[in-house]
Amino acid sequence: MKLRTALLGAACAFAMAPAAFAERGADGELKLTFPQAVSILNPYLSNGTKDVYASSMIMEPLAGFDTSGAIFARLVTEIPSVANGGISEDLTTITWKLMPGLKWSDGSAFTAGDVVFTYEYCTHPEGGCASLSKFDGIASVEAVDDVTVKVTFTAPKPNPFNAFVGTQSPILQKAQFEACIGAAAPTCTAQNFGPIGTGPFRVTGFTVDDTVSMEANPEYRDPAKPAFATAMIKGGGDAVGSARAVMETGEFDYAWNTQIAPEVQAAMTAVGKGQFVVAFGTLVERLEVNLTDPSADLPEGERSTAKHPHPVLSDLNIRTALSMAIDRQTLVEVGYGAGGAPTCNVLPAPAVFVSDNTGCIAQNMEGAKALLEAAGWVDSDADGIREKDGKKLSLVYQTTVNPIRQDFQALIKSWWTDLGIEVELKAIDPGVFFGGDAGSPDTFQKFYADIEMYANNFDGTDPEVYMAGYTCDKAPRPETQWQGENINRFCDPAYDALAVELSATRDEAARAVIAKRMNDMLTKDSMTIIPLVHRGTLSAHSNALGGVAINAWDTEMWNVQDWFRVK
Amino acid sequence: MLTYTLRRLLLAIPTLLVISLVIFLLVDFAPGSPMSQIPLTVPPEVRLKIIAAMGADQPVFVRYFLWLRQFFWVEPLYMLDHIFGSSLAGDAQRIVSWQSRAPVFSIISERIPQTLTVIGTAYLIGVAIALPIGIYSAYRQYSWFDQLGTFIAMIGFSVPTFFTGVLLIIIFSVGLGWFPTFYDTTLDVTDWASLKKQMLQMALPVTVLALFNAAEISRYTRSAMLDNLTQDYVRTARAKGMSERVVVLRHVLRNSLIPVVTVIALGVPSIFGGAIITEQVFKVNGIGAALISAINSSDLPMVQTLTFIFAILIVLFNLIADILYGILDPRVRYD
Repeated sequence: MKLRTALLGAACAFAMAPAAFAERGADGELKLTFPQAVSILNPYLSNGTKDVYASSMIMEPLAGFDTSGAIFARLVTEIPSVANGGISEDLTTITWKLMPGLKWSDGSAFTAGDVVFTYEYCTHPEGGCASLSKFDGIASVEAVDDVTVKVTFTAPKPNPFNAFVGTQSPILQKAQFEACIGAAAPTCTAQNFGPIGTGPFRVTGFTVDDTVSMEANPEYRDPAKPAFATAMIKGGGDAVGSARAVMETGEFDYAWNTQIAPEVQAAMTAVGKGQFVVAFGTLVERLEVNLTDPSADLPEGERSTAKHPHPVLSDLNIRTALSMAIDRQTLVEVGYGAGGAPTCNVLPAPAVFVSDNTGCIAQNMEGAKALLEAAGWVDSDADGIREKDGKKLSLVYQTTVNPIRQDFQALIKSWWTDLGIEVELKAIDPGVFFGGDAGSPDTFQKFYADIEMYANNFDGTDPEVYMAGYTCDKAPRPETQWQGENINRFCDPAYDALAVELSATRDEAARAVIAKRMNDMLTKDSMTIIPLVHRGTLSAHSNALGGVAINAWDTEMWNVQDWFRVK
Repeated sequence: MLTYTLRRLLLAIPTLLVISLVIFLLVDFAPGSPMSQIPLTVPPEVRLKIIAAMGADQPVFVRYFLWLRQFFWVEPLYMLDHIFGSSLAGDAQRIVSWQSRAPVFSIISERIPQTLTVIGTAYLIGVAIALPIGIYSAYRQYSWFDQLGTFIAMIGFSVPTFFTGVLLIIIFSVGLGWFPTFYDTTLDVTDWASLKKQMLQMALPVTVLALFNAAEISRYTRSAMLDNLTQDYVRTARAKGMSERVVVLRHVLRNSLIPVVTVIALGVPSIFGGAIITEQVFKVNGIGAALISAINSSDLPMVQTLTFIFAILIVLFNLIADILYGILDPRVRYD
């Protein structure tokens, strides 16, 4: 017995040896800066990425996505699949096996009850939960035992990795948030500002819209991690100031979202204290074409609705010519530098879903002109503007107030003017444009213009919901209080059928084929959407910070437990 | 004097009520919606639920009266509770920010210290520099000192703080590495080392703001002094054989201070209001930064409460300036 104990002890000592080199808390303080300050640490009540990212250092979902977009286990022993029995044959249930012995940062046990509570918290009708759509299609979530959670869906779910997967649906501690359910959710200030989690850090102080102070979570499941004893996120200022603090003065280790002008990026990199890293997710800056008539002569309620097709843009030749006249490479160089790439796809990633549609990359001004000539759009009165059947080729092109977008507007206007199209530019305050106020004429959904430009993306790696946004019934119109994702009012029964087919297809390869087909229908076939730039998120990290692996599919701090100080 | 003060205070009540209504309506009717901060990936029906949970879908007058009640009744009760440990307020709803879901007054109390430290110090330094410069410039009008003072004042006055701020950062932080570019609000001054840190992080924002404040006040002081230096009573004082020191600092300065005091007193509310741009440049994250971020995210309760507090301060400091006249100039009496 004694010998056995001694041997065990020796074995343990050997096992612990590597940990001695990478000891928890050995690397001092990790300093991060966000140009937008953190407002709240409960991602279920948050409005912004800044809050979700900050909370991701503290709280964890059951599983996350790695840099390639593949799912990996965080708080469970394995990722459920049909093969390992975690997902039922009929795709209506998914069973998560929690890691045994897992502890919250306050030392209490992490159980299946906490997972069930998280579902109840977010789906409460009065809670105003921002991640509600993550729990779509769930009939029930039950704790089979302390370490087993079974999620039952109302219908077969080919992609069940929404709830409890990814940064937007981390697990809340039931004991802490029990009294904060429903209408009480926003009033629980102490809980929302200091959530207890299982992540590598825990909150020690929080000042709203300013600083989050954290320390290494003493209960973190890997005793050797995180390498940093404390961490802080300072918010505020602007992207240039944040980038400067990492790249030039070295005051901070990591700056999130340092989207700055390409020439400033180059100058800061030249200092040699840090580097910019970029991750390409699904964000695409695009022109959306209005297929309905936004004319102010129409009565209110009929403007920009399917009742009146667009007099000019209904012609596919024009939409195609608009796209051909654009030099996307120049746009990238002017606006984004390393943080962008030209694209012709509305669905730019993950790689399996990307269509080989690259025909729009090279600018073809002569081709565009020839196309318009052939379609009968000619400048007969020599005023520089083409017309046909008494209709002038004149467009209103709107976007939000944003320096890069105004540069884009000016460039694109010059190309289109060259093409013989009259362009009127309009820039709207982002608070109004994205505000969704049904009473305002300037929201992007109402689309009282011919062309509008903004960026959109989707969460996670599965494009099903995103692509389904362009079905006929999703068009914003008076009956929907002008809400809806299909802002082009695109309507094609064949597309709707594909959307239904996609939701019913489980085979990954077949899903990719359908998604690509849908992407092509929206872009190169119909030119309803004219994609411009595939935008990445650009962040900066100091050369003294190691282990950073920027991730577009999850929080950028997804592996913060592995970050370390380069000595 | 006392009755005058009381009358002015009573008159302030209807004034402030009207101001609060005007601010509320202006802020409310301004374009923009808290919805614009919710990412596009959140579906429309979920957005509507979030808005409803904030209470932002209520009619404007309901929200106005609710806010009035919270501002004048609930919040003072909470303040009393906080001081005396009582529980007068019970669980009445406080004014809550839409963006962070935190009570607006607790956000303000978190931010007041750094605003007062940085902006207040800058104001004091500004005044301390401006008065001697203004006095001496007027006394030696058109001397090289006056010319130099005018030149610096013109620079301070006309170069915007977002320019001087970034310029100082590039020279002293990026180039020389002497000062930090971020203001650390979590720093507690407990010993010499932390005091030094605090001085270092205050140096740049205080310099920028002090230059700006000093420029304005020194010009006012100079012109007020010039007005008085040519007066008959100055000649009389000199004829009586008084020293230049007494003439300038006792006779002329006291008479010249009246307009200067107005300018200084009316500038005090702006200390509490914070310096929106300078706070942003140096990440001081005081009241000014809170206001601008609330405006950007259409956080109406926050914007409304902050602007109303500024309105109260402006009314209050107008009154204080009036009372100070009476103290400085015995001829001014309001009864």
